[in-house]
Amino acid sequence: MIELENVSKTYGNGDGAVHALREVDLHIPRGSIHGVIGLSGAGKSTLIRCVNLLERPTGGRVTVNGEDITRLSGQALNRARHRIGMIFQHFNLLTTRTVFANVALPLELMGYRRASIEHRVAPLLKLVGLAGKAKQFPAQLSGGQKQRVAIARALASEPAVLLCDEATSALDPQTTGSILELLREINRDLGITILLITHEMEVVKSICHRVGLISDGRLVEDAEVGDFFTAPKTQLGREFLNDFLQLEPPRGLISRLEDSPDAGTHPVVRLTFSGDAVSTPLISRLARECGVDVSILQAKVESIQQRTLGLMIAELMGTSEQTGQAMRYLESHELKVEVLGHVRRDD
Amino acid sequence: MSGAMINLIWQATLDTLYMVGVSGLIATLLGVPLGVLLYVTRPRQILAMPVTHQALSIVTNVGRSIPFIILMVAIIPFTRMLVGTSIGINAASVPLTIAAIPFVARLVEGALNEISPGLIESAQAMGATPWQIVRKVLIPEARGGIITGLTITLVTLVSYSAMAGAVGGGGLGRRRGRRRAWRPGHPLRL
Repeated sequence: MIELENVSKTYGNGDGAVHALREVDLHIPRGSIHGVIGLSGAGKSTLIRCVNLLERPTGGRVTVNGEDITRLSGQALNRARHRIGMIFQHFNLLTTRTVFANVALPLELMGYRRASIEHRVAPLLKLVGLAGKAKQFPAQLSGGQKQRVAIARALASEPAVLLCDEATSALDPQTTGSILELLREINRDLGITILLITHEMEVVKSICHRVGLISDGRLVEDAEVGDFFTAPKTQLGREFLNDFLQLEPPRGLISRLEDSPDAGTHPVVRLTFSGDAVSTPLISRLARECGVDVSILQAKVESIQQRTLGLMIAELMGTSEQTGQAMRYLESHELKVEVLGHVRRDD
Repeated sequence: MSGAMINLIWQATLDTLYMVGVSGLIATLLGVPLGVLLYVTRPRQILAMPVTHQALSIVTNVGRSIPFIILMVAIIPFTRMLVGTSIGINAASVPLTIAAIPFVARLVEGALNEISPGLIESAQAMGATPWQIVRKVLIPEARGGIITGLTITLVTLVSYSAMAGAVGGGGLGRRRGRRRAWRPGHPLRL
């Protein structure tokens, strides 16, 4: 549905050139919700703007709905844009138009008559849950309601694709949840393909099917959301995941960690487990079968799409032989074991 | 105050209103589009034309920088060509209009400047043509600022018209001049 092939975008030239995108390939199938995550300045905004040519790529090809839009300009481009809805972080509603008139705007631009506009706008407002607010002005609405108006407006031209540019970044967590729920409904009920960019893992986790990670203009990961959350391939991906899960060892412990083991230390490990391992009583078996004591320092279980992800930071107490055996035992049950360091026994 | 005096002031007020009205109207009709043009031709704007923008910008700045009294005298030949005389309220309306056009244009451009770039971007994303963006986004969203600008223009025109009156344009400015130095048929010479 959306295909980016070898897309590059460079601002300026010579030594001062800024490479916002470098040879990005992205394939988003019809009906899916694809997230792109990255730090500020990584190129997310440029990427999404290349899809409707708000930014024209300096290289490569963008195909939307089977049409190579990088070859279009003028009227043909405007017609293609009618089939690509877009919502923004700051909503971008016209302050001088009512809710109704804001949603009517794309239809006016397409030359619809007043009667058919009214026919189209009412169901859209109902869809986004703002049927009673038609005559209000944006200034009278909350942030979440403004974004709902923006969504209704983006859907007015019956697009096949919806681009979401940090659409929930200006909203509180609860409102974010309700907007994401609305986007999920739109995707499910209307079959609209959604590309969203965000810096929030929460957004990716709750609605995306696939996720891309962008860093310094390159798409460094592109994976199913479940895979990304259980086994990110890059260092940056792991950092995003750890930030999201907030599973770093407690501060007091970090200062006591030593790099190499000796007779008086215990290993501190981070365990990542998914799938069957989550429901297996591994820790108590570990104690029984390997004779180690396990002190759990931090633990978290996340449910991502249909998969469950568990994370744990634990201290394994026993002889070096026992702890070594314990780690092999865990690895044999498909847990990922990372040794964070070694901590000296208190006694 | 004598009846004749009141009559003079009344007539002068009507003349002033006429000059301000005519020049204000024409300046609005020409200045608003010029202001919009200045805005949309900026680099990275919806009709980016850097050379055109520079040219318009220079003309506008020069127009705004010339002191009104100099402008009025400098364009007398043009005024004569247009209305056949350089004296009277019709003649005074010409320099007033010329002075007001760049004034309006800059104020309109300033009002457009206040619009969030995001609004223009979202209209582009909807597939709006530049003309649709001007008509449906820029003008309505800047309406408040444009009206303020036009009000300022009218007030400025009243004070300019007094200057025009001093050199034979008629209106309230002329009456004031005449009470002090009455020279029938000879407007104040500069």
